Amino acid sequence: MKILVAVKRVADYNVKVRAKSDNTGPDLANVKMAINPFCEIAVEEAVRMKENGIASEIIAVSVGPQSAQEQVRTALALGADRGILVQTDTDLEPLAIAKCFKAICDNEKPDMVLLGKQAIDGDNNQTGQMIAALTGWSQATFASEITIDGDAVTVIREVDAGLQTVKLKLPAVITADLRLNEPRYASLPNIMKAKKKTIDNTTPEELGVDTSPRVTLLKAAPPAERQAGVKVEDVAELIDKLKNEAKVIS
Amino acid sequence: MSTQLLNDRDIEFLLYEFLDTERLLSRPRYEDHSREIFDASLRTAKTVAEKYFANHYEKGDQQEPTLVNGQVEMIPETKAAWQEFTKAGFLAAHQDYDEGGMQMPEVLVRVIMAYINAANIGTAAYPFISIGVTNLLRAFGSEQQKSLYLPLIMDGRANGTMALTEPGQGSALGDITTLAEPHADGNYRLFGQKMFISCADHNIADNVIHMVLAKIKDAPVGVKGISLFIVPKFLINDDGRPGARNDVVVAGLNHKMGYRNATNTALNFGEEDGAVGYLVGEAHKGLGYMFQMMNEARIGVALGAAAIAYQGYNCSLEYARQRPQGRLPSCRDPASAQILLIEHADVRRLLLAQKAYSEGALAMCLYASAVFEDQNTAPEEADRERARLLLDLIIPVVKSWPSKYGCVSNDMAIQILGGSGYIREYPVEQMYRDQRLNPIHEGVEAIHGIDLLGRKVSMKDQAGFNIFVEEVTKDLAHATKAGLTDNLVAGLKIALDTLCLTTDALLEQVKADTDKGLANATMYLDMFGRIVAAWIWLKQARLAETRISAGNCGDQDVAFYQGKLQAARYYIEWELPAVQQLAALLDSGNRVTFDMKDDWF
Ligand SMILES: Cc1cc2nc3c(=O)[nH]c(=O)nc-3n(C[C@H](O)[C@H](O)[C@H](O)COP(=O)(O)OP(=O)(O)OC[C@H]3O[C@@H](n4cnc5c(N)ncnc54)[C@H](O)[C@@H]3O)c2cc1C
Repeated sequence: MKILVAVKRVADYNVKVRAKSDNTGPDLANVKMAINPFCEIAVEEAVRMKENGIASEIIAVSVGPQSAQEQVRTALALGADRGILVQTDTDLEPLAIAKCFKAICDNEKPDMVLLGKQAIDGDNNQTGQMIAALTGWSQATFASEITIDGDAVTVIREVDAGLQTVKLKLPAVITADLRLNEPRYASLPNIMKAKKKTIDNTTPEELGVDTSPRVTLLKAAPPAERQAGVKVEDVAELIDKLKNEAKVIS
Repeated sequence: MSTQLLNDRDIEFLLYEFLDTERLLSRPRYEDHSREIFDASLRTAKTVAEKYFANHYEKGDQQEPTLVNGQVEMIPETKAAWQEFTKAGFLAAHQDYDEGGMQMPEVLVRVIMAYINAANIGTAAYPFISIGVTNLLRAFGSEQQKSLYLPLIMDGRANGTMALTEPGQGSALGDITTLAEPHADGNYRLFGQKMFISCADHNIADNVIHMVLAKIKDAPVGVKGISLFIVPKFLINDDGRPGARNDVVVAGLNHKMGYRNATNTALNFGEEDGAVGYLVGEAHKGLGYMFQMMNEARIGVALGAAAIAYQGYNCSLEYARQRPQGRLPSCRDPASAQILLIEHADVRRLLLAQKAYSEGALAMCLYASAVFEDQNTAPEEADRERARLLLDLIIPVVKSWPSKYGCVSNDMAIQILGGSGYIREYPVEQMYRDQRLNPIHEGVEAIHGIDLLGRKVSMKDQAGFNIFVEEVTKDLAHATKAGLTDNLVAGLKIALDTLCLTTDALLEQVKADTDKGLANATMYLDMFGRIVAAWIWLKQARLAETRISAGNCGDQDVAFYQGKLQAARYYIEWELPAVQQLAALLDSGNRVTFDMKDDWF
């Protein structure tokens, strides 16, 4: 079984991201970047499938700037076999990213595409679903358990009401939720080995993908600062304020 | 412990700006490496440190190892940490490829250790000492010894110990009494007792490989009669299979102030028919072998000191930014909101001093590691020799300054937390207790003072000392356009001139009367330490100045560099001038302490 696994380069989750002073977006200059944590979980799942003899090849794919090669390399150090970097300097929307994946799926013909359920930069939660739509493959999002069974896969999904179990036919698109697994770290020997693995470079243009944006960013601003609280005299005043000022109860 | 480990931005600065580690990539040994590999390795180090070491920092202190029916019992997290450290490949990171290593540059390995130390200094002792043992075996063990013992340690099946100290002998190793008797089987049988031996028993691995100093029967007296032996807890058969239990036992555990999760033992050798020992290298050369590993070990101890100080600084900074308390002296309105601790000038003094000590100590250790690197891999022999001489000179300082001021630093962290600093619900009191070991092991402070003044400074016609003065002078030479560091340069220049004069004066005194001349050596060590620290800070300040005046840094970077400049100012304006007072005492050969008599106390 061949698995495509998506890795996105995002600001490290420890970094407190600030808005640019001209409100045109987040200020990422000199910010520490890392693999999107949900993508890391996807990579881990793929590697475990390989260790269990289920997967035969894992291809880590990133769509992003040249520097995203670092995140592909991280995936290789974690156990992916080779990488593909779709290089672009524009900040792509989920649809454009999904189209790149669709093109790569056409070339590589994987049995499964594994992604994080969302990336912590845009929090869109769309790319996996869009890939499924574009390829016409079955999809299971928010996976917390994946079991392969011949040419079918059973996925336990985390949904608002609890856990939902679905069975899909392969090829399929699956997105990882937080509890799917606990990702490993890359050992030093594996980091060194990753250097020798290949990363193929391509571009959206080469893949024939139109990346023109469909959404216009109007403004990126920091959240309003929290105001100091006030003291209320009694419960009646509290309820009054909740009703009439905060309007959170009626 | 929720506090962050070290500071990634500072590590990046130290590695790639201060030390320009990427320059090593042009050396053949590192041609396979890249900054990407370095960064990925550090990410792994941080992950392992956070997940497997920091998780039991307090627990290992509160539930220290115990001895139950001759077996050491300890919290299970220790074993997991040891195994993960090995699995991550850190134990062999600096070794050659063909020995299963990664050929990682020294300074990277040190940063990896710094993260581990910062997370849990007690548990870090197991891998730290084991790395030292593998280095010792590689350098001086026979092929057979290497093939038998190295894989055991590298796979985590055994750890290593360094057994030098005895109940009667610590600083003066020449007088050790552990005896090695030649045996008919060609090996030796050891009899005697060792004291304070770290990590000598545990439940993290099946075997323990002790590296023991002992005297072969009828050996010359003093340090020239000391030999080095391998003494495994369980003997290893020639085919590598574990054999009989050796006659070395834990007589008891010591109950320590800090570093508690590292077992500390009294070891008995030869309670029955003698502990089987295998001679390493030649007879009577053991201490010399140990000493050749000393520079590494001493940088290692100092690095631990730096990391603990760093964690105290991180904790107290976090606390000072959160706790509201009091108002500014100028405030007359009792109903106004309280200000945060960090808004009090004196708290900022305590924080800035800690910043100067902890970041300064880390920078000093990494600088020494870079010199160590050059000693081994600089392309030109002349540069290697220069590095060797410089490192030998500064080692006593690199060991002692972080250890001494690490204690001062952790003391200040407690002060910032006030009452909370004194109670075990907060980690800073543990850090202080952990830190207190560092001026004691790997040579007490006094021994380093005597080593510096009595040996290192005058060695090879002061070659090392002269190189040091040249290096500092180089950094003092070029003026900058921005002029932000002019007064720092001036301050260090005066101190360096003073050091040269005092050194001349003291060497004269030593020549005239060794005991009197060396009486104040510890103070000379402190003086020298202040100058090395100020120099390390000036180097950082100069870089910061360049970055700031280039005018293309983001806000966060500007703040980072301003912090470096301010810490350099603090150190050079507030702490360096003490050199003058020390010089006055030392130059005149002040005898007040020397002349004090036992019965006057
Ligand atoms: C937690 C811990 C872990 C340790 N781990 C190990 C280990 O793994 N292996 C090992 O072999 N040892 C270990 N040691 C031992 C350690 O190295 C010694 O304690 C140290 O070398 C000092 O020796 P000592 O305790 O006998 O003190 P002493 O040598 O008695 O010194 C006590 C004090 O006397 C003064 N003094 C001594 N000699 C001189 C001198 N010549 N000139 C001036 N002043 C002097 C100094 O002020 C010194 O601080 C450990 C110790 C501790 C506490």
